[in-house]
Amino acid sequence: MTLAGVFGPLGQVFIFVLGSAIVLSAITVLAAFLLRGTRANVDLVQATLTILPQVIVDGLVRGFLFATIALGYTMVYGVLEFINFAHGEIFMVGAFSGAALGAALAASGILKAMPPLLFVLIAVAVGMIVSGSLAMTIERIAYRPLRNAPRLVPLISAIGVSLLLQDGMRLIANVTGLGFNARFPTPNFGPPIQLAQIPAADGRTIPLILDVRALIFIVAATLMLIGLNYLVNATKLGTAIRAVAQDRPTASLMGINVNQIIALTFLIGGALGGAAGVLFGIRVGTVNPYIGFLPGLKAFTAAVLGGIGNIPGAMVGGIVLGFLEAFVASYLSLLTGGALSGASYADIVAFAILILILIFRPSGLLGEAVAQKV
Amino acid sequence: MTLLELKDVHTYYGNIHALKGISLSVEKGEIVTLIGSNGAGKSTTLRTISGLLTPRHGEILLDGQRIDHLPPHEIVARGVLQSPEGRRIFPRLTVRENLEMGAYQRRDADGVRRDMERVFALFPRLRERINQRGGTLSGGEQQMLAIGRALMGRPRVLLLDEPSMGLAPVLVEQIFDIIQEINQQGTTILLVEQNARLALSIAHRGYVLETGRITLSGEGKRLLDDPQVKAAYLGESGH
Repeated sequence: MTLAGVFGPLGQVFIFVLGSAIVLSAITVLAAFLLRGTRANVDLVQATLTILPQVIVDGLVRGFLFATIALGYTMVYGVLEFINFAHGEIFMVGAFSGAALGAALAASGILKAMPPLLFVLIAVAVGMIVSGSLAMTIERIAYRPLRNAPRLVPLISAIGVSLLLQDGMRLIANVTGLGFNARFPTPNFGPPIQLAQIPAADGRTIPLILDVRALIFIVAATLMLIGLNYLVNATKLGTAIRAVAQDRPTASLMGINVNQIIALTFLIGGALGGAAGVLFGIRVGTVNPYIGFLPGLKAFTAAVLGGIGNIPGAMVGGIVLGFLEAFVASYLSLLTGGALSGASYADIVAFAILILILIFRPSGLLGEAVAQKV
Repeated sequence: MTLLELKDVHTYYGNIHALKGISLSVEKGEIVTLIGSNGAGKSTTLRTISGLLTPRHGEILLDGQRIDHLPPHEIVARGVLQSPEGRRIFPRLTVRENLEMGAYQRRDADGVRRDMERVFALFPRLRERINQRGGTLSGGEQQMLAIGRALMGRPRVLLLDEPSMGLAPVLVEQIFDIIQEINQQGTTILLVEQNARLALSIAHRGYVLETGRITLSGEGKRLLDDPQVKAAYLGESGH
């Protein structure tokens, strides 16, 4: 029995998270050690180790963002073998619904007095309801009538929906006065938490800090992943979702209402995307109608990286991609002496590594030879 | 009492006229078999009854109520369950989960538990494999699981599509004994088979299907002796 078998799907995710953090840290430290003579008056190894904890936290936050969005892609793919390219926009609409809630509460003056956690709970709930029902509606209107059409047709429909949502939201944001770059008002979350003091080269100490909003993001995303894992693997409804994913006609012969299960899959995936949108908005502070595009694309990549259609795979793919980005963004300029700016090259390096992984493991990290579905 | 009745049912795959006016009836408590060669329309008939295909003409009645044009899950709700051709076990669900899916619409947890015990009594092998994934079972075990899964829905009519397909002769006889046992416990069965001899020997009545039409019908034993059936389906030269 493998380690993953002992801990179940979430154990598998945990092992991959830990593993990729350790591997990436080791590679970075090794690179710093090899390059140590190249920079005068900077101890590269010391500098690398000093910021390492912060980079890992940053990678976790990025990773959980991609993971929660990736679940929506992978669940829909699992039951329909269809990429819902409008999913990034479902994330964006979730973020906007949270921003609208924040603005409304701020206008009525109760926002400042609200306990931050209560606001997060309400905003996430609103985002989940709005995005979940939006995803379900889109399926009903734009995808279900095309279910027996050639595979490219619903894909085009999805791209159409995506553009419609972007510019539709832009219109709504302007009409309602939220604005193109809408502020996401929140209660004051207080100062960042100081986790530790890390000694730096010159005898000073650098604090390891964790933004409260980042912490909320990590905790909320973890809870959602655990909840989804329970729903899919330990309830009758989850078994029905897996049955529909494996064999739709036979599932209907068992008395499963296949359309209902597909709608439910969109609801769950959309709700997770909406929650991610709200948490993202809270952390970043502003939202605009195009914020869904890049995270959506990256989350899709994460889903493929983990093995499309595979739920633990989406979680693993998201977090691995998050770590890759965080490491490149933080260390590239340090290690190249500023020749390459990490922030601008993060996407290039992360995606190049991704392409390499897919060349050597086309079914994804957790995908089986025959892609294992939901 | 007639439980299931097909009246002049026509089904198409696109433009292909697959069933050209099938009429048949199944009385409560019977085993009725539908025999015929490959492509005659046997599976198409069962798929039409279950609602996977919608007839273009004709009626399908359960207890005198029309069930054609209902979606499959509502036909299941009325008590028609199918063990499909090729068994179609959910490969990555466990044996237990596969059986639970058969009982998907039921809300009586105690009854479901009792029925699972009943399935294990009929097929003890399934109890030994209960936590194994369906895809890892042997062909015979998968056939047992497919029949057991359909039984979990408490069928009033059980549709069995080619339960002998791809199984060793010893296993086939075992499965057919159990089919008879299930029938004696009170389940009405419509059995589609290529193994005409075996099917007719356990069936009360039979229908012979040829390219979408019923060409012969009668008591199982009588069809076994019919020279035409002997020549075409039992591999004997009708002397």
